[in-house]
Amino acid sequence: MTTPSRLPDPYGQGSSANLADILERVLDKGIVIAGDIRINLLDIELLTIKLRLVVASVDKAKEMGIDWWESDPALSSRARRDELTRENAELRERLARLEELELEPRRAQEENT
Amino acid sequence: MTGLRYVYAVCRPFGTPLQAQLTGVGGEPPRLLPHGDLVAVVSHVPEGEFAEKPLRANLENLDWLTAVARAHQGVIDALTTVTTPLPLRLGTVFRDDSGVRTMLEAREEDFRRTLDRLEGRVEWGVKVFLEEEREPRAPAPAAKPASGRDYLRQRRQQTRSRDDAWQQAEIFATDLHRALSESAEDSRLHAPQNPTLSGATGRNVLNAAYLVPRVKSEEFVERVDRTKDGIPGIRVELTGPWAAYSFAGEESAGKEEA
Repeated sequence: MTTPSRLPDPYGQGSSANLADILERVLDKGIVIAGDIRINLLDIELLTIKLRLVVASVDKAKEMGIDWWESDPALSSRARRDELTRENAELRERLARLEELELEPRRAQEENT
Repeated sequence: MTGLRYVYAVCRPFGTPLQAQLTGVGGEPPRLLPHGDLVAVVSHVPEGEFAEKPLRANLENLDWLTAVARAHQGVIDALTTVTTPLPLRLGTVFRDDSGVRTMLEAREEDFRRTLDRLEGRVEWGVKVFLEEEREPRAPAPAAKPASGRDYLRQRRQQTRSRDDAWQQAEIFATDLHRALSESAEDSRLHAPQNPTLSGATGRNVLNAAYLVPRVKSEEFVERVDRTKDGIPGIRVELTGPWAAYSFAGEESAGKEEA
């Protein structure tokens, strides 16, 4: 028989095991068998659950590490904001370049007048 | 008896009894359903929750899903201490015992082969996190850039230190994975988990599973522990021992007939 005593104490399991660790395994891994109750877990898992979670409980979904919608501008105002931030940064860089270009001639002009 | 059968795992017959107070999905105690030289671990679940329609709806209810996932894992965990279970995916449900027996018979060869392959082995999860410094939304709380050029310089510096940290973490994770793979029989790389997850701070740069014989587990754990206080800003997390979830599906991957 096996020798459980050889096994080190569990690390981060039981109640402290994070939900993502558990779901990652019980939903994504393990042996797939078509039972009498036919549920296409793959479909549900990849689409429905995640989508419903977003609607039902964003905090919990995030707790589980599901946050793909956050970077999708179509779904997330934060992503839209990030896009604005990016655009803003780009504009600032262009402005900085323009400042450099413009500084010299203007100084020259000022001296002339 | 009414109700459906929820199947947690398939294993070889084992002598050690399960913990008496062990409960599974819906609070029902799991029981053993032997058939030939295999045993299915099952429990009764109500049709009201696990028939196709309610099950579909319930799977989309996070509280329900969480409870079932934890119960499922609890049973697998208990089995792991006494034998080597083949964990089934959450939500494998049959109408009655005979349905379960039929399934055992149909997949017998598969199960035997996989059980032989995994016998005496467990799975350890190792994650590497890159702790992030207070970034990125407030770029410069104190010193506002005085000019565009100033701003650019600050930005470049931020980006550079972030890139360095990333690179360092990536090298660390790659080395660690290589080293641990040598101490393991097999390994799997999983998708990184989200940083906000479980209150875990930092960015998950490695999320791997290793198949390790029980007798070598201590050694493996020590090896992971030794890496733990290596580089500041990089955190290593170990979970397990798990049943060999990440390694159970394979090889029987050609089992599309099912």
